[in-house]
Amino acid sequence: MSDIATPPEHTPATHDIGGIQRFHCTPVEHDEEPPDAFGKRVDALRQLLARKGYMSVDELRRGIESIPEAEYFALTYYERWLRSIELLMLEKGVVTPEELT
Amino acid sequence: MSNPARAESIEQLDRLLAALMAKGVVTEAELAAQQASTDRASPEIGARMVARAWLDPAWRAMMLKNGTEAVEALGVSMAGAPPLGVLEDTARRHHVIVCTLCSCYPRAVLGYPPHWYKSFSYRSRVVREPRAVMAEWGSPVADDIELRVVDSTADYRWMVLPMRPAGTEGWSEDQLAALITRDVLVGVALPKLPA
Repeated sequence: MSDIATPPEHTPATHDIGGIQRFHCTPVEHDEEPPDAFGKRVDALRQLLARKGYMSVDELRRGIESIPEAEYFALTYYERWLRSIELLMLEKGVVTPEELT
Repeated sequence: MSNPARAESIEQLDRLLAALMAKGVVTEAELAAQQASTDRASPEIGARMVARAWLDPAWRAMMLKNGTEAVEALGVSMAGAPPLGVLEDTARRHHVIVCTLCSCYPRAVLGYPPHWYKSFSYRSRVVREPRAVMAEWGSPVADDIELRVVDSTADYRWMVLPMRPAGTEGWSEDQLAALITRDVLVGVALPKLPA
């Protein structure tokens, strides 16, 4: 690996983590559990909203990638999805902030 | 790691769903049907594609040319899904798939992406030290085999067509398909004969 330049520790964007050193000593846990009920429901909601034309995969990504770094690494995978879906539904006026309180 | 969702997130989902359902954007029945459809997708579809490719040169050529067409030939709809590419392993080259930016994954042929595929450690490590990751998981790759790591995107998904293991001569499609796990199709494992 000596011929590969070491990437900077701070990548230009939080989600752009390919090759970063931060997780180099973290084993990849062979976790085979299927998503829990919460995750499956968020997953189904995302697909349904996409099929109905309320949001695209790229919009989902933009929402996830806008999550501040500390939260990005603290939230679970489907919590990040939910955060993005809610943001998009609010931005598009599909739901209002009052309806979510 | 598959930490459980926090109570506040579960409440956040309930509030969002209640608002969407009150407006008729989605219904409980649609949500249940969508989940049931996702639950049905499994690596068996990808395993079937590979087993057939090991037995049928014409199928193999078609699948390498157009993975999406091969999936649909097995009766699985790819409507709305990004195109699927098939990466052909050779005696000199092996492929591994990752999505460094998030979790793009050939869901139609493999089902839900597993937790580890979405993990920060897999996403960051497998592009820098794929041999170490594979060795840790019990599939060391010989130094003289080139290891090519391919990044999935929102617009293009990949699966691996591995080499057929020696010692499987004369095996049926079902016997071969049983060797092909989800990890083999992602490329983090190599097909192994039962001990």
